[in-house]
This record gives sequence, structure tokens and C-alpha cells, in this order.
Amino acid sequence: MKWGVVRFPGSLDDADALWALGQVMGQEARALWHKDEDLGDVQCVVLPGGFSYGDYLRCGAIARFAPIMKSVVRFANHGGLVLGICNGFQILCEAHLLPGALTRNADLKFITRDLRLRVENARTAWTRAYSGGDQIVVPLKSGEGAYAADPGTLAGLEASGLVVLRYADGNPNGSAAAIAGVCNAAGNVVGLMPHPEHAVDSLTGPSADGLGFFASVVAGVAA
Amino acid sequence: MLVKVFVTPRKGILDPQGRAVEQSLKSLGFGGVGAVRVGRYIVLELDVPNIDQAREAIRRMCDQLLTNPNIEDYTFEIEPGEGGPR
Repeated sequence: MKWGVVRFPGSLDDADALWALGQVMGQEARALWHKDEDLGDVQCVVLPGGFSYGDYLRCGAIARFAPIMKSVVRFANHGGLVLGICNGFQILCEAHLLPGALTRNADLKFITRDLRLRVENARTAWTRAYSGGDQIVVPLKSGEGAYAADPGTLAGLEASGLVVLRYADGNPNGSAAAIAGVCNAAGNVVGLMPHPEHAVDSLTGPSADGLGFFASVVAGVAA
Repeated sequence: MLVKVFVTPRKGILDPQGRAVEQSLKSLGFGGVGAVRVGRYIVLELDVPNIDQAREAIRRMCDQLLTNPNIEDYTFEIEPGEGGPR
């Protein structure tokens, strides 16, 4: 499987995503430069964490219009697999590939914490390696991670099972309904605030629980 | 023309900055302080033929980039151009 991890000016966790994919999962993974208009032969796209464009104006507001994003949006609208992690989730919401928005943490503090999360939807291409109800420990590392959406959108997400991940031990940042990650209706686009790429080895992270996101896709292709 | 765009969090969206500022104002002893919202003020110079085109362009700028309509409201003012730097 050929993976692409987009690198915007200010992206931070692209390196760890490439490590998780290339070194831990043994996949073919390369960086996708923000100015490239072409995804090439990439079959799977990751928008990584970080501070693209310095979080200027709003997190992800400017990255959303980077040249590479035209291809990413087209790819996603044709069913291509896209995972947005942290800043990547913010970019997917700004690009309207996912509903809602990420706002400033409720207590105004930047949170860096290993958290227990519950997998709510294990049917997406990115979560099939888990079972619904699984609890995983993955780090959260963000200042603007409070998921917000109007009541109608929130009700729709719950009714359609589009909440992928929820904070299982209280609500660290004031996210509506303790939502940590969501997917689009087709399940090919998933965004989450916590960092699965930082939980791929118990030596360097709280667990290897994050691997499931990547393993889901690999298994899905092999099947 | 000079365009002034005022962006604020929509009412009903949690605004922790606004709440923090509200609490600070109250603890400084200012009475009568109600809800505070903290937003963004964007100023831009715009050179288009007429004010209707300007309004249309500004609305599109706000909807596409300057604001996130999910969580923010905006208003704007347009000042006709004057000669010289501002």
C-alpha cells in the first residue's frame, strides 16, 4: 500500500506518521509537499498534526487552500482514504470534508496527556482492526481540540453513527459529547484529535494501541 | 476602500477566552459586566469598482477564508478610499 503524508509549512507530526507507517508497519510511505498538485500513485493520505501556517487566522484555515488540498479533496470525494490527525482533523473540518469545527480547549490550556479513548465506530476503513467499545490509550496534544457543531449536526452524527472515537475518562477539552474523532458518511475520511502515530510502540508511547488505525487500512486492502 | 471585518464567536459556541476576559474584568472590579466574546478584527485595503462589488467580494472572503461560519459571525464596514497612506 502506498501512503502519502502531507507536509505543510509548520507540520510537526508528519515525521512520526511516516515512521509509524514506514518503519513500524513496513509500508511504502512518502511525504507529500503542500505545493504539489498531484498525489501521484498514493493510495492513502494522512494529514498530520502540527501547526500548519502557524495556526494563523484559525487552525487549518490556510492549509485548507494549499495546492495539494485540491487533489486531496477530489481524492476523498471519490472514496479515497484520508486520515486527519489533530491539525489534520482541523484541516478536514475547514475543508468541509468533515462536519463541525475544532475550537479552543475549554480551560484555555494546551493539553499533552495520554488518554483513554473509546472506539465508537469500528466499521470505517480506518477502524476495522478495532471492535466497537474497545478502549485504547493514545496521547492528546492540542490547544484547540474542542469539537463543536450545531445541535442538528451533532444529532445527525450520533444518529448515523459517525462518531468514531470518544474520550472515555471525562472530557479533557470541552468537546461536544466528548467527541474525539468523527468520520464522513462513507467512512473513508476520518479525523481525530489524539495522535495514533504516537502510540505505536510501548517503548516510545503509552501503548501500541494507535497502530490499529493503520492496520485497519492494510488489512482492508489485503482482504 | 478600507474594509474592516469584525469576527466573533457565534453565541452558543463555547468561548473560553471570552469567559476568561469576563472573569478578569469582574475581578478588576468593573460592575455590570455581562457576557464577553473575544473575536478577531481584520483590516484590508480593497480596490474594486463600486461598493456593491465590494460587499459581494467581502461576503465571499468571509465565507471562504476570513471566518468559519460554523462557529463565527461577522460584520463589516467599508470606508471609501482616501488619498495617501493610512
